[in-house]
Amino acid sequence: MRNLLRRQLLAFTSAMVLALGWSGTALAAAELTMYYPVAVGGPLTKVVDDLVADFHKEHPDIKVNAIYAGNYNDARIKALAALKSGQPAQLSVMFSIDIYELIEQDAIVAFDDIVSTEEEKQWLKSFYPSLMENGMTQSKVWGIPFQRSTIVMYYNKDAFRDAGLDPEKPPQNWNELASMGKQLVKKDASGNVERWGVMIPSTGYPYWMFGALTMQNGQVLMNNSGNQTYFDSPAVVEALTFWRDLGTKQGAMPSGTIEWGTLRQNFLEGKTAIMWHSTGNLTAVKKSASFDFGVAMLPASKRRGTPTGGGNFYIFKQTTPEERKAALTFIKWMTQPERTAEWSIATGYIGTRPDAYQTTKLVNYVTQFPPAAVARDQLQFATAELSTYQTGRVRKLLDDAIQSVLTGAKSPEEALGDAQGQADRLLRRYR
Amino acid sequence: MISSSTRTQVYGWLLLTPAAILLIAFTHYPTVATLAKSFFSTGTVTRPTKFVGAENYALMVTDEVFWKVVDNNIWYAIGTIPASIAIAILMALWVNSSISARGLVRMAYFTPTVLPMIAVANVWLFFYTPDIGLIDQVLGLFGIPGHNWLGDPDTVLGCIIVMTIWKEAGFFMIFYLAALQSLPPELNEAARIEGASRWYYFRRVTFPLLMPTTLFVLINAFINSFKLVDHLFILTKGGPDNASSLLLYYIYEVAFSFFDESYAATLTVVLLGVLAIISVGQFVLLDKRIHYR
Amino acid sequence: MSDASGQTRLGWIETGGAWLLALLWISPLLYAFWSAFHPAEFAVNFELLAPLTLENFKTAWNQAPFARYYLNTFILVTSILIAQFVLCTLAAFAFACFEFKGRELAFALVLLQLMIMPEVLIVENYTTMSHLGLVDTISGIGLPYMASAFGIFLLRQTFKTVPKELEEAARVEGCSTMQVLWKVYVPLARPTYLAYGLVSVSYHWNNFLWPLVITNSVETRPLTVGLAIFGAPESGVQWSIITAGTLLAVAPLLIAFLLFQRQFVQSFMQAGIK
Repeated sequence: MRNLLRRQLLAFTSAMVLALGWSGTALAAAELTMYYPVAVGGPLTKVVDDLVADFHKEHPDIKVNAIYAGNYNDARIKALAALKSGQPAQLSVMFSIDIYELIEQDAIVAFDDIVSTEEEKQWLKSFYPSLMENGMTQSKVWGIPFQRSTIVMYYNKDAFRDAGLDPEKPPQNWNELASMGKQLVKKDASGNVERWGVMIPSTGYPYWMFGALTMQNGQVLMNNSGNQTYFDSPAVVEALTFWRDLGTKQGAMPSGTIEWGTLRQNFLEGKTAIMWHSTGNLTAVKKSASFDFGVAMLPASKRRGTPTGGGNFYIFKQTTPEERKAALTFIKWMTQPERTAEWSIATGYIGTRPDAYQTTKLVNYVTQFPPAAVARDQLQFATAELSTYQTGRVRKLLDDAIQSVLTGAKSPEEALGDAQGQADRLLRRYR
Repeated sequence: MISSSTRTQVYGWLLLTPAAILLIAFTHYPTVATLAKSFFSTGTVTRPTKFVGAENYALMVTDEVFWKVVDNNIWYAIGTIPASIAIAILMALWVNSSISARGLVRMAYFTPTVLPMIAVANVWLFFYTPDIGLIDQVLGLFGIPGHNWLGDPDTVLGCIIVMTIWKEAGFFMIFYLAALQSLPPELNEAARIEGASRWYYFRRVTFPLLMPTTLFVLINAFINSFKLVDHLFILTKGGPDNASSLLLYYIYEVAFSFFDESYAATLTVVLLGVLAIISVGQFVLLDKRIHYR
Repeated sequence: MSDASGQTRLGWIETGGAWLLALLWISPLLYAFWSAFHPAEFAVNFELLAPLTLENFKTAWNQAPFARYYLNTFILVTSILIAQFVLCTLAAFAFACFEFKGRELAFALVLLQLMIMPEVLIVENYTTMSHLGLVDTISGIGLPYMASAFGIFLLRQTFKTVPKELEEAARVEGCSTMQVLWKVYVPLARPTYLAYGLVSVSYHWNNFLWPLVITNSVETRPLTVGLAIFGAPESGVQWSIITAGTLLAVAPLLIAFLLFQRQFVQSFMQAGIK
């Protein structure tokens, strides 16, 4: 009698345990850790937290934990360290140009290997092609655009009026940039320059600014396999010569290097009439400008051009198939047109897909705030940011070459030739 | 029965052990490991590390940036060491005199020492900013045109040197002050009675007596000229075109921006070599000091 | 030339020179105060009657987690100091009072750290830390510094000056070796501990390169690294906010220095004489 009771008890408890365990697994289908490259407690943290909470409401079986890593560099370091230590994250937003480093460390998985349905495959193609360039190599998609920016030309309309130029007609091409830049220079009684015409920053991220000039001259800086650069092509040399001459020959720009960090301040203080800077400065300029200012597309040479910047979504390789599916669901949700529109309006990053700009929200926003339209319209002329294997080193080679030319230490041919030679040495083994 | 001598030995080593473990782990072992690592290639997941002999060194010798950086560091040392020592002596002499507001003056000289270099670098960035920066504004008052101090390869290293002297002189002043205050006052009296000029007194009496301090400060200054790179992170990041880069900064760049551990190890070996030469020099000089004392 | 007290009296040119130098030397701090307490428009314009404001401090405080940075720095500096006191006392005691084989060699090896500081070995130490799993931890920042050659050196000098009779007297009363250390040597070395403490706290409060390398999150970052990130934003510098942040970061040390100026100076002097 007792044995029977005991067996029944055993069966009952086993059934309970099984049932609980089963429902337990069903409840927590996936828990994802995501690294996000913004400062903890910064303004973007709240936006991302809200988005993550909203996602969980619609997908109660997926929980995303956002860990804020401060900036792109920290996010990459943390992510790689976590992978090594065996406590990996499943996805992350990281610098779009980290792609080759991540592939070399075998850290990420291509989206083509995760998508299965036709709808998902279509989704991969729904973004602006220029924004996809930094996320694609070996014909596969490794990064999905999320928070992206471009360079735009800010100009001081009051200064234009002061110099006798039409404030609604910013320079459209290189010739106009040089001539109007010269006209905008204002000197005081003793011949010292009070206001410069143009400032293109050459510290901080000179290669980024240079990417705009070279694209405008019709030349990309690297191939899309990450193992070839074109630093010494004639169009690139011409672009660097133009940049240097803006200062030394035309006198529209100070000669030597121009500091990235103080550029916005210089513009706001009226020290320069035109500045080339990231779309990320839009809100700050709008808030602090004490003058009438405008935003325009960068001027063309053979065509218009600007590099893109910013971060993409990546999925890590050390993940289970369920985790990958869950991460994919999250990323697709984050990049839906409506959400992309909200994100763009809240943060100032550009919309990453054409259908986002067709949502009512963004249509209204762009009508109210024309500079947002400028960034959007320039996207068709945009190109990838400089990215190769050994990307940090290669970038520095180009940065150094640019600075050596702008400070008059080397000629463009010499500097770029040297840089190309050294880049070739670095990249040879990846071919 | 354990003899007291053995007990002493064991006790001695036991007491030393905790400190020894940490010292070995973070000073002696890394030195050896760095040397070893410089003979291997940097490994990635897809390309594991392998022995490459002296290849890293060959690369280093052909690296333009490496020579620029070494050149910079030498000029940096030449620029900062004599000047900061001279100013430190001057400061110590002044603070040691009966000048009014002496406490305030001493505080002003010593303040840079208690401030982190990275914090003050931001202020110096403002000083050096063209046109709207303080230096250009002051120059403007005299009608002198401004200059792109940090953006001009010819002036940038000088600017870094000036900031370093500003940071270091007060620190060295303290050592000189201590030495001055330990000088017997009779010497001063004797000189006064004999009617010696202050410059003569300084040159023939004070300065030689300050020699031990000067040696100590010299070694410190040498080491610091290879160690102080904090301000580069804010002011120039080594630019333009490496005109202001220093060896330790380059090592940081190679290791943590380019992820090239082996090449960074190779560069570190050079830095260790320089420090080794300085320490040998110190031991030799100290030896002499002990002898004529 | 000298007055009655034997101190040199300076002519007015030299006095003026000394004051001018002092003014130059303090000018960065003066600018930081100016810029932090005035609205952004006056950061580069020096109009004497410009309005004062505390807005910059509020903004700076909200833009970066200074409270956390303070905590981290405080924990870091304190833990390093305690560890240094313990480790260096034991080691110095060994060097000063025990005769053991290889003592001279060991001491020379210890002194090596005066030349080859952890900053120089950032690459290899980072690798060691990642093997130990201590990357991005406060102990990871502190460990390389806890056995300080400078501290061992100072304490050894001090311990050597303690008269042997005191130790013998203590032993007669039945003290063990550790009790002798604790009851005789340590109390007599108090001035050295104070001096060394001040030097150590200053040094580690202001240390930048190694903490930069080893930390990458808010939970472990000390003030110096936080300030560097804070002051180098991607979009551009705002002087008033950055100087406000700078002042927030240096305030404790600065205030301590102003209050205890003499002790600071004495400590560094003492450390230097040795």
